[in-house]
Amino acid sequence: MIRDFHYLRPQNLEEALGMLKEHAGEAKVIGGGQSLLILMRQGLVAPEYLVDIKHLDELNYIRFDQDGLKIGATTTHRALEKSRELAERYPIIPEMERTLASIQTRNWGTIGGNLSHADPAGDPAPVLIALGATVKLAKADGFREMPLEEFFLDYFETALEEDELLVEIAVPPISPRTGVAFEKFTIIGCDMGIVSATARLTLDEAGKCKEARVVLGGAAPVPLRARGAEEILGGEELKEEVFEEAAQKASEECEPISDIHASEGYRRELVRVLTRRMLKRAWERAAQG
Amino acid sequence: MAEMHRLRIRVNGEDHELYVKPKTLLVEVIRDHLGLTGTKRGCNSGACGACTVILNGMAVKSCSVLALQADGGEVLTVEGLAKGAELHPLQRSFLDHGAYQCGFCTPGMLMSAKALLDENPKPTKEEIKEGIHGNLCRCTGYNSIIRAIAAVAEGKYEEAER
Repeated sequence: MIRDFHYLRPQNLEEALGMLKEHAGEAKVIGGGQSLLILMRQGLVAPEYLVDIKHLDELNYIRFDQDGLKIGATTTHRALEKSRELAERYPIIPEMERTLASIQTRNWGTIGGNLSHADPAGDPAPVLIALGATVKLAKADGFREMPLEEFFLDYFETALEEDELLVEIAVPPISPRTGVAFEKFTIIGCDMGIVSATARLTLDEAGKCKEARVVLGGAAPVPLRARGAEEILGGEELKEEVFEEAAQKASEECEPISDIHASEGYRRELVRVLTRRMLKRAWERAAQG
Repeated sequence: MAEMHRLRIRVNGEDHELYVKPKTLLVEVIRDHLGLTGTKRGCNSGACGACTVILNGMAVKSCSVLALQADGGEVLTVEGLAKGAELHPLQRSFLDHGAYQCGFCTPGMLMSAKALLDENPKPTKEEIKEGIHGNLCRCTGYNSIIRAIAAVAEGKYEEAER
């Protein structure tokens, strides 16, 4: 049973930020509501005011410029999945979106809502962190930016202040000789992932690893960069043994919990297997591009 | 106490104006306010797809959409598929292929199938599976459902479409 709330429908971003300022601490923002409505139905979230930004088209965009890619917060998952330009320039984003929840959820759910919900098992965050994304947060009196990995503080907790709104995600251009791979493990296809692994490898001209990022989903209170694994990969001549060693490190340095879906040990094993596979896939893709 | 808000919505070609509490979900407007009980309320948490309707041309789970977010929008439910006494090709094909068992998932399956064929009239078997990915059938009737959708895509029900 959802508790009653006051519904606020701003006409533009400025008005939305004003409403958040006026009702700071009592208001929640709703995008598509694909995550929020579940929490509200369970009684876990019961805001006094709901500020609806779903219809704000000024935040609904996928743009490209010399600094890379900009995605507005109310852009739907389905728009990201179907964008031809993204498929050409950032193919890992539509690839990840194709397996996010179901078509119905992707049609209505927004990228800004997904990230602000801060479920550590969410699909987009690890991929965007692997790509080096930053987020732009807005308040009535100004903006600030931060790396996406710093946006997540704990389970379902972000750096957003009570009167602040995530408005844009920025992704830098992908360097040449880079490969990115993402996969999650689920029991049924459209379930939440139990664990996901994302690997990004950038090779130097000699084919050695210039830069590596390994980001894990569902393996810690936040989307987690496996920095120990990244260190093992950096500067190395890449081969299966190195991937195995990095994957082992990732499974040791993550902090998964045991719950109804999987035990801690099972999650660590998934991290090891998925990380190894994604490193290999990213490497093959880097060698092609 | 929450105030009532005006909701203007077109459902199956008919315009409605009603007053709802902000917490009202689209599935509640469809079933409880408008009495269109073809749309099923299953898991009530966005997992099963039984409540799937087409909103502004897109399949959505009506249990997971705030009714006020559909204000000014156009909804198609399973009741809107048939033209008078004449069933929609998908409905005829579902009958011919035994794609109903208990029938609970059927309205949602039909709407997901309609949304799929509207966007991609000639899907492959894999694309059909992807199209109904968000709809659960607990009678394990997926194969007959996939065959039914494929038959429509192959043009076997074109007569009925005219």
